[in-house]
Amino acid sequence: MPFDRRAFLQQTGKLLVLTAPAAAAWDYVIAGEADKAPGYDAAAHWWAMIIDVEQCIGCGRCVQACKAENGVSLEPHYFRTWVERYQIDPDDPEHPYVDSPNGGYDGFPETTKAGVKTFFVPKLCNQCADSPCVQVCPVGATFQTPDGVVLVDKDYCLGCRYCVQACPYGCRYINPETHTADKCTLCYHRITKGLQTACVEVCPTGARYLGDLKNPNDPIHEFLRTHKVQVLKPQMATHPKTFYNGLDGAVR
Amino acid sequence: MDGIQGFMYPNEMELQWGLLIVLYPFITGLVAGAFILASLERVFDVQAVKPTYRLALLTALAFMLVAPLPLQLHLGHPERSFEMYLTPHTTSAMAMFGFVYLWYLMAVLVVEIWLEYRKEIVVAWQQSSGLKRMAYGVLALGSSNISPESLRVDDRVGRLVTIVGIPSAFLLHGYVGFIFGSVKANPWWSTPMMPIVFLFSAIVSGVALVMLMYLVMTWYRKVPVDMRCLDTIARYLLYAFVIDLSLELLDLAHRIYEADESFKTLDFMVHTRLFLSQIVLQMVVGTLVPIALLVFARVVRSARVRRVMYVMAGVLTLVGIFAMRWNVVIGGQLFSKSFLGYTTYKLEFATREGLGVSLALLVLPFVVLAGLVRLLPPWPDASGGRRDSLPS
Repeated sequence: MPFDRRAFLQQTGKLLVLTAPAAAAWDYVIAGEADKAPGYDAAAHWWAMIIDVEQCIGCGRCVQACKAENGVSLEPHYFRTWVERYQIDPDDPEHPYVDSPNGGYDGFPETTKAGVKTFFVPKLCNQCADSPCVQVCPVGATFQTPDGVVLVDKDYCLGCRYCVQACPYGCRYINPETHTADKCTLCYHRITKGLQTACVEVCPTGARYLGDLKNPNDPIHEFLRTHKVQVLKPQMATHPKTFYNGLDGAVR
Repeated sequence: MDGIQGFMYPNEMELQWGLLIVLYPFITGLVAGAFILASLERVFDVQAVKPTYRLALLTALAFMLVAPLPLQLHLGHPERSFEMYLTPHTTSAMAMFGFVYLWYLMAVLVVEIWLEYRKEIVVAWQQSSGLKRMAYGVLALGSSNISPESLRVDDRVGRLVTIVGIPSAFLLHGYVGFIFGSVKANPWWSTPMMPIVFLFSAIVSGVALVMLMYLVMTWYRKVPVDMRCLDTIARYLLYAFVIDLSLELLDLAHRIYEADESFKTLDFMVHTRLFLSQIVLQMVVGTLVPIALLVFARVVRSARVRRVMYVMAGVLTLVGIFAMRWNVVIGGQLFSKSFLGYTTYKLEFATREGLGVSLALLVLPFVVLAGLVRLLPPWPDASGGRRDSLPS
């Protein structure tokens, strides 16, 4: 059959008509795909974080770095990571006094309380292996990557806030600009390039450590073997991958 | 920050779900309750409540049409809500809402109402002209067959739809309860009692609403109140209320006796921030007083006094059930998941999720109902209802 102009236009037209939805559909298919960084094999990693409570001095640099690196709103009540200060009267451990002024962004005012046990607890998304937030998302906009990081697709999230309710740790908020759920990404844009998370990078005392549980040479294995670590709210059975060393039982 | 007491996780200070989400279970509850009252007549053959059958169905439809609006308005991205139909996340309790909603609306309510009214729609189609004729023609789906044989089929299918409808109504509201009851992070919500408490409070509120609507309609139409009908509805309201109260007391007793890690925090909240809405409005004004009124009404001879008592009981019931929804939704967010502090809900007026919109959403179902009543009159007229003219 001769390939005339009419046939050519018809073919091209069909192709164009088909390509647009196919491209749009493909966007949906790859939305949330983890494997974007060149040379990075998501399935070869399983990220975890260690927080050493005894090392934290409450300087708040992790909070500042996180907000700067990830463009988190500087308004109060939006935090991907924050620091809490616990002050526990040894005679009344059930009722700790806790504060976190502006999430610890500016550090902490000096405490004048005498005879209390005082320490700092940095908090961030626990990257739970069984995340209630992932479970409840009605459209699957929140998902777990093959390397164990819980992320939110801001182009897909409805902003229904069910995940914020479902997180037992208060790690999620609604981004005031995108009106979608937001949280710690474990600096996914950095760790997939072989970099540290911003909070780990700036911590002056090494209170935070990012480890890869799938890498047998990662010192995290040695640390977990030789320290008594805890996760937050283990009774929630969310299987967090943020491990705390030296955590007091009063911490919630 | 104002209104914070103790320690909240920094992201927790703002409430995520406000008044609109209070309206959502309140409105769907009215739908489920009104439908269940309608089924009493249809399936269980409680003839006394027959005068409210159609009104109850139309009320359920009017509220059902409005039910998704508060959810839609609350979303950060309402334009993406359709994704819940296209790509539902199978592990999410919330993802099923659209399907449960559509099933109930399209497979139960609309079909049942259509079958109930089909004869009148066809008659109106044949007797009217112009736009009205077109409208009824569309409603009749182009079929003018109202032979006794076809009406008998309508009746049989309608009964079947109602039988399917009862578990569907249970599903609809039990499901709404499950959305809250399955959040393990929140001890105020997380209880397997939640779906069943929601269900019975839904029945209570829906029956109370139809009872009030029936009185309003008779007053508006200047026709005498069928006291046998009204007494029967009030009796069913009382039964449902007693079950509802028992379930709530069981939940309360369980919480107090078990006194788990969250108990002191929640107990303190109920005695302070929720005292007015929980103890005063929900328990006393909205439950005990209407139950007492309904009980005493049974020994009152004067129909006039009984009517006044029923109106009071109905209004207080709706206040109480609204307070219950408020206490669940708002109360569940007033305390920190650290159990170390409390926050405050600040209700605004002229915002998308404010009081103004909520009031409009509460009025809207009545506007829809007025339209429906005009289109499909719920009381028998000269042409007679479907089953009034069935050959015996």
